[in-house]
Amino acid sequence: MRIALFVTCVNDTLYPGTGRAVVSLLERLGHEVVFSEEQTCCGQMHYNSGYRRDAQRLAVRFVRTFEDADAVVAPSGSCAAMIRDNYPRLGEHGSRLQRAASELAPRVYDLSELLVDVLGVTDVGAYFPHTVTYHPTCHGLRMLRLGDKPYRLLRNVRGLTLVDLPGAAECCGFGGTFAVKNPDVSAAMGSDKARNAASTGAEVLCAVDNSCLMHIGGTLSRERAGMRVVHLAEILASTEREPALA
Amino acid sequence: MSSATFVGMPAFPDAARGATADAQLRHNLRKATGTIRGKRGEVVEELDDWSELREAGRAIKDRTLRHLDRYLETLEESVTAAGGTVHWAADADEARAIVTRLVRATGEREVVKVKSMATQEIELNNALEAEGITAYETDLAELIVQLGEDLPSHFLVPAIHRNRAEIGRIFRERMGAWGVPAPEGLGDDPRELAEAARRHLRQKFLETRVAVSGANFAVADTGSLVVLESEGNGRMCLTLPETLISVVGIEKLVPSWSDLEVFMQLLPRSSTGERMNPYSTVWTGVTPGDGPQEFHLVLLDNGRTDSLADEVGRQALRCIRCSACLNICPVYERTGGHAYGSVYPGPIGAILTPQLQGLQGPVEKALPFASSLCGACYEVCPVAIDIPEVLVHLREKVVDGKRPGPEKAAMAAAEWVLEDPKRLHAAQRAASALRGAVPRRLPGPGAAWTDTRDVPDVPERPFRDWWRDRSRGGRGGEERR
Ligand code: SF4
Repeated sequence: MRIALFVTCVNDTLYPGTGRAVVSLLERLGHEVVFSEEQTCCGQMHYNSGYRRDAQRLAVRFVRTFEDADAVVAPSGSCAAMIRDNYPRLGEHGSRLQRAASELAPRVYDLSELLVDVLGVTDVGAYFPHTVTYHPTCHGLRMLRLGDKPYRLLRNVRGLTLVDLPGAAECCGFGGTFAVKNPDVSAAMGSDKARNAASTGAEVLCAVDNSCLMHIGGTLSRERAGMRVVHLAEILASTEREPALA
Repeated sequence: MSSATFVGMPAFPDAARGATADAQLRHNLRKATGTIRGKRGEVVEELDDWSELREAGRAIKDRTLRHLDRYLETLEESVTAAGGTVHWAADADEARAIVTRLVRATGEREVVKVKSMATQEIELNNALEAEGITAYETDLAELIVQLGEDLPSHFLVPAIHRNRAEIGRIFRERMGAWGVPAPEGLGDDPRELAEAARRHLRQKFLETRVAVSGANFAVADTGSLVVLESEGNGRMCLTLPETLISVVGIEKLVPSWSDLEVFMQLLPRSSTGERMNPYSTVWTGVTPGDGPQEFHLVLLDNGRTDSLADEVGRQALRCIRCSACLNICPVYERTGGHAYGSVYPGPIGAILTPQLQGLQGPVEKALPFASSLCGACYEVCPVAIDIPEVLVHLREKVVDGKRPGPEKAAMAAAEWVLEDPKRLHAAQRAASALRGAVPRRLPGPGAAWTDTRDVPDVPERPFRDWWRDRSRGGRGGEERR
């Protein structure tokens, strides 16, 4: 299958390794990945912060860039949710944006959805010899309703030991501009999440969203917890020949 | 005897700073909300038609709100026909004046109160006090708040921020000033505390001739009012006095008796985590020889019709004040209710207060931002209020009303960069060139991030450079972050 990659602005700029992992994983599974350099950002930060017109402009660009794709994969649960849940109600009623976004939205997937629902695979042939705990993230859990998809993918990774995360369903406290507008509450939530993660004894905290991982990972690293944060894509891309975290 | 007020409190981010630093408060809240959350989860889980019930609750409330004018007229007619008197209050001032006048007309100087959010909203107790009338709260938790000259911080458990040691102290020190004192040597055993409250309140029930209440529901076609509670103290107030005055928000309406059935299932399960609450009191006007012989219903607008005019915001009026959204909210769990600076705390408070009071001051303007938009509130809400959607909608209004400043400039600059891949690319290259120079602690607004979190390392080059290089047959996949 030909899959259009929406790498997201955060991954493009700060976590290119996640984008590379998606490419190598999907190609290993025999699919073609295309990347349009016209893409930028889904507009989530602007939308969530109350800057609707800015978000609309970014959405128009997104829709124009991806409207011909059969399937779009976004290795970020919150960006996928922004496009799927919020784009259809972002444009004015009856506008071209509203029509085009509603048409495109159902073809935009988070990585775990693409693999399990569209490509029908739960064993991607990965190897990752580490103890891992999974943080489901709010958008993945409550908007995309990913359910057990990421867990099924992780359980099939050879060498990987999956341990439960206490208080998994609770928000990590990132919330985009929330992290700087309400830094005390955000930090309190982040340190509870980091403590829960560290209590599992796992080496790695995994999620489908690098924004959440930046916040939790930044807290873990400040607290010198000695735990790594790794995006699901990088674990699934990891093989014996080309291991992640080597 | 003064009552506290929310007026003049600091905006959320500042108020939250103190609250998150209070380890005792965080412990009390985590324990209390965790317990109710667990109970709710169990009794909701056991119903296989919960989502249908929730959808029915949403639909009934929406239909009622759509034809609110008609249902309100019906309610007025049926209450009047049943021997009650209906008063209309456009705002808090009017409502306070009506209630004060009605109490004065009885010649009494004391009233007993049933736990009610509407009377808290209009700060009725302070208004009565100014007229020399003492209002006694009879709900156990409201009593604790009142004796402690404190403010409520939760719908269901207004004293959720207090533990029993603090409650024992408040009872020992303050009960005597309000009536029957706490027994000698009162400790902090919950049963002992409840007994002390019982003895204190009994005297009020037996001696007070006027009661003030709110209502959970008002049934339009029969004119019946409904109060659900756990302690039976509300039942005492609703049956023993001679005069009953109920202050009820206009959104509390349900069209008919059969609609009530849905909410009698939704509310207790969402609120206390019970299948059914211990006391449900229903009264219809006046029944000769039985219960209060004079009944007044004060219908309160106070910003509700303004909210009704807002297509996105109006869903907040579906709220049945169950407090499930407070109990699940990770922000509320860490700050408690007082930080919201309003009678309505938590996620629902963050969308209701700015609508009822208007986005006027710093408190109201900060509330729509007091959320990480995690969506847990929407998921548990028994009438499916999409709280995150309303939060974002209100944020847009705040931003639209904002004068140009650093935030607006930064957001505009970010959009300008993100709107064009060439500009984004230039910004990425600049960041990569400076990657070694990013300090561990950022100055200015960046400090809000780096005070507690490290910043990620900026990579050598962005993804798009790797892609371009690779498609030209360049060094491709061997690099690492
Ligand atoms: S918003 Fe929903 S969950 Fe929150 S108190 Fe109201 S009815 Fe309950």
